[in-house]
Amino acid sequence: MRYIEPHAHMVSRTTDDYMAMVTAGCKAVCEPAFWAGFDRSSAHGFYDYFCQLTDYEPKRAAKFGLPHFSWLCINPKESEDVKLADEVIALIPEFLKRDNVLGIGEIGLNKNSRNEMTVLEKHVNVAAENDQLILVHTPHLEDKRKGTQLIVDLIKSDSRIDPGKVLIDHVEEHTAKYVMDAGFWGGLTLYPESKCTSARAIDILENFGSERLWMNSACDWGVSVPLAVPYAAHEMRRRGYDDDAIDQVFYRNPVKFLSQCPNFTVR
Amino acid sequence: MKPKEKQNTVELYYMEARAKLIDIAAFMDRVERDGFTDDFRYKAFKDALRELDSENRAQAVLLSLSDPTEELIPFATTKAACGAWPDKP
Repeated sequence: MRYIEPHAHMVSRTTDDYMAMVTAGCKAVCEPAFWAGFDRSSAHGFYDYFCQLTDYEPKRAAKFGLPHFSWLCINPKESEDVKLADEVIALIPEFLKRDNVLGIGEIGLNKNSRNEMTVLEKHVNVAAENDQLILVHTPHLEDKRKGTQLIVDLIKSDSRIDPGKVLIDHVEEHTAKYVMDAGFWGGLTLYPESKCTSARAIDILENFGSERLWMNSACDWGVSVPLAVPYAAHEMRRRGYDDDAIDQVFYRNPVKFLSQCPNFTVR
Repeated sequence: MKPKEKQNTVELYYMEARAKLIDIAAFMDRVERDGFTDDFRYKAFKDALRELDSENRAQAVLLSLSDPTEELIPFATTKAACGAWPDKP
């Protein structure tokens, strides 16, 4: 099979993971900017991180023949400090000129706070002013329903944003319809405990349609599985799906969304 | 989206679901044995079990464990989620 890994935090992963992904058929990996597991002390830390995402990590991936793309932002987990967020957001336009940048992400909400919403609005504005794709993180667990609705309502109300150029990630059974009905793309994240299993992700495809959905591992420094995407493809095969359906979900769908950015190319 | 060759989903998933069901039973026994039944997460868990009698069970369970309010909170006091809404009556 061939597949795209549309959401993976590879700076937290090992070269063994790159090797396993390429061996499993991965043709490109996309890395959203993320929280480091601790709060960075200044915008200088983000400058270095953006250099890592747009320079060093693509070179590391290239050693395994894997094209690497990135998304830029300050993650909602660090959005309570609006002054810091302003300084980081001011860095982004310069980095948007780099060859592997796909857009603004993963922005969104974490605990659904006022400052998180303020910073989300600022990111959406940068995306609109620079005609960028948007990748949105939705909150975890008990905060997801409320946060997803707040995010969808905010972006939908901005007439500058084409919903077809926005992917709302980490949807589950209680949020998928709200996202899809608003015209956005949706992402299904395959986590052992806190998001979707493969079986549930396939249920969501069956219940809400497969035209504007992708699956990702969102592998990072926490409990996550870098090969979750090909494992989900295997689950689809167990359920009786043929190679064409699997190719649509795991390759053609992400390529269709990501190709709206001229920087995205895949062999 | 539907598979070209529909499989018997009970055949595919019964043993996995059975194992998870027994794990839930054992978890509840363990919590009750150790006296942590007043934990708001355990109460929310027991409430969510009632949703297994509904239609769209996965969605109903998720909603049962969700914050039902609509307003932004003043500020975030933590970064982590705990899996149940602490203010549920």
